[in-house]
Amino acid sequence: MGLFILRRVGIMILTALCLTFVVFFMTNLYPNLEKLAKTQGNFRMSDEAVASWLEKGGYLQSTPKKYLEWVGLAPSYQHQAEDGTITGRCITPGMDPKDAPRFCGILQGYWGYSSVFKDEVSSIVATRLSLTGILMFWVMLVMVPSALILGVLAGMKEGSATDRTLSTVAITTTATPEYVSGVLFIAIFSSSAVGLKWFKGTATSAMDSPNLENFLLPVLTIALYGMGYIARMTRASMTEVMTAQYIRTARLKGVSFPKIVLKHALRNALIAPFTVIMLQFPWLLNGVVIVETLFNYKGFGWTLVQAAGNNDIELLLGVSVVSVLVVLITQLISDIGYVYLNPRIRIT
Amino acid sequence: MDPLSWTGNIAFLDPLLFFALGLLALSVLVWIVLSAVLPENRAINVTGGSASLSSGPLVLAALAVKAAFLATSALVAVYLLLGIVMGTGAGIIGAMAQRLLPVWIALVLLFTLSILFKRKLGLYGKLFDSPIGMIGFALVMFWVFTGFFGAVDMIITHDPLAQLSGLKNKVPGTPLRSPEDGDFLWYLLGGDNLARDVFSRMVKGAWEVVKIAPLATVFAFMVGITLGLPAGYFGGKLDTFLSFLANLILAFPVILLFYLLVTPEIVQTGLPQFMAVVLFAFPLIFFYVLINARYRTQPQKNYLWLAVVLLPMLALYLMVVSAPGSKVDILPTALDRIDIPGGILVVFVSVVFVNSPTVFRIVRGLTMDIKTRDYVAAAQTRGERPWYIMLWEVLPNARGPLIVDFCLRIGYTTILLGTLGFFGLGLPPESPDWGSTINEGRKLLAIYLHPALPPAFALLSMVLGLNLLADGLREESLKD
Repeated sequence: MGLFILRRVGIMILTALCLTFVVFFMTNLYPNLEKLAKTQGNFRMSDEAVASWLEKGGYLQSTPKKYLEWVGLAPSYQHQAEDGTITGRCITPGMDPKDAPRFCGILQGYWGYSSVFKDEVSSIVATRLSLTGILMFWVMLVMVPSALILGVLAGMKEGSATDRTLSTVAITTTATPEYVSGVLFIAIFSSSAVGLKWFKGTATSAMDSPNLENFLLPVLTIALYGMGYIARMTRASMTEVMTAQYIRTARLKGVSFPKIVLKHALRNALIAPFTVIMLQFPWLLNGVVIVETLFNYKGFGWTLVQAAGNNDIELLLGVSVVSVLVVLITQLISDIGYVYLNPRIRIT
Repeated sequence: MDPLSWTGNIAFLDPLLFFALGLLALSVLVWIVLSAVLPENRAINVTGGSASLSSGPLVLAALAVKAAFLATSALVAVYLLLGIVMGTGAGIIGAMAQRLLPVWIALVLLFTLSILFKRKLGLYGKLFDSPIGMIGFALVMFWVFTGFFGAVDMIITHDPLAQLSGLKNKVPGTPLRSPEDGDFLWYLLGGDNLARDVFSRMVKGAWEVVKIAPLATVFAFMVGITLGLPAGYFGGKLDTFLSFLANLILAFPVILLFYLLVTPEIVQTGLPQFMAVVLFAFPLIFFYVLINARYRTQPQKNYLWLAVVLLPMLALYLMVVSAPGSKVDILPTALDRIDIPGGILVVFVSVVFVNSPTVFRIVRGLTMDIKTRDYVAAAQTRGERPWYIMLWEVLPNARGPLIVDFCLRIGYTTILLGTLGFFGLGLPPESPDWGSTINEGRKLLAIYLHPALPPAFALLSMVLGLNLLADGLREESLKD
């Protein structure tokens, strides 16, 4: 078990390095840098001015070297101007270059400076992530229990009326992407054209005080799309368990049906959905980006769109590091959890 | 000109339809409650010991659901028929039914022919044994035909890009202010924020989806199959490497990937084009290996087939990949007959790129399962080459799950295309595709519903159709 976890963690770190390198490479392609120079300097810069601006910031080194500097594994670039002043990534204004640390990257906790929000990337990511955390918490709270109940009820008696209806519901929700269900919800529950106006169509106010009125629609929108998939997986797993030998034995012994479901079937039927729920995280991230844009909830997904749309390279890198880590860690948990939950694998 | 109402002269049918819908909802509810409350239907009666099916309340409830469903469908059919006959006399619904006449004819033809010959059509024919599959297929084909006929300007009432004065954000059924001769006199589903016809844009949007989604899925399958078969069959280092790559792409948040690939700065560097060079080469490799594995021992036949299949594909490949003035400019302009607009190519490439790792994983899993079968061992004993076994023994036997996944994946690709449109990535801003239209419409959603809802429902029904179709196919293929 220990060796297994170690191996998985090793692969995870390798994957994270590869992915961040890809993002780093793509955000640091020359046209992007040129755009950055022009937005930071001025828009009428000549090509030479752009080149010297980039030279000064150390952007013109080779990509692997820049990447190592950004991660914090190589000493960071310092530029000596003609009058002898030294500038560099690690040197904050007013600091003596000799006191500045040699390494400043992600590993040292230096995440860079956002050119759009004019703030430290680490603090932006932290505040936005906590906002999205609240959203995700409620999504999970709505999605997981309802999906499991839906799946278990449908899978209990395969082919019954409950099964058919609930399966249709599950298929419909998986066919409704967030930008469709969100638009439908806003249209029905918050627009003045229909006139119900039960909930608010934006969740901007939910950033300070989430309540039912401003938070239900975004939560429901994300939860609905993921719910169908988990419910179908639970149903498949439940129907498989219900045809197993030991369930038949229990029935022949005369154990009541509710007791069979709750005591004998449920535990084994929930192993597969656990993995699925964990693997839903990358998906939820997708949903979060769409829903936060749709409902104007300024969380992590909204930040991703802003950073990507405005060529905010360091913020985009920070955002992608976090999202890649979230995805990889949930994958790791799902792998370990699967082994731990499944006695057939755990014991051998 | 008077504005059109929703149902016009056939409004007398409305209460009937609502009544039928109410009955349907009620009967479904009763059916569920009964099946949860009543004990299971036992085939053997306790008293007599004889086998007989009891016709309890549950059977009656199921019958009621069926009857209510049939009544509702019949009423909807009456609406459509009256609409086709009466046109605008039957309101907006009627006018739309009449505009969609070519689609109805094509659908009726397709279904009658398919049902007549369903025993000779293999898995496709079996689809018509499953009601769920038939509903799904009908929904999908409705949008496919709408896309096709819309592309040749048959269904649309106005130019999807034309802005007519006085129709900005107007409600469905608004008449044109100053119609010229030959103009259709109303905006059937209203006008959008730029005074364009919502109905025509929705129909044109169907074509955007129909032309990109299935083709992109086919390419993703080519890539996934060409890489997944050897990974699953040989295993070892190759498998480890390819699986690592696939997991790498799968761990990438899709939207981040889109933003990285589709922004103009990246397009300028030619990166998506280089990806197109690689990804579009896979069909060539696939067909080369497919033919070569089969006819390797008969060189004459082999060369003939290779020439017939590969040369046109190679020409097509070069024409598609090469674009004058960009980073990949291999063909002289005189030979470069096909010019795909830059935006579409980028969208296409990124959708294929996102989809192929999942296909790879499925094919790999199936191959690992199938390679332990006896017929594979028999082929190995015969001395067949690995690629022959993979492509002519393993692949045909993996087709069931792959076909089901193909349907699901087209739906998923449709959702992805919508996502791209929703974020305004890749496609030109005036493009009528559903994602962009939803994005434009959502900004005014608090006041005007009609620009955003038609594309939303269109996308929903098409993806739902594909999912139902996949479900029906799965059920039918499991029956063997």
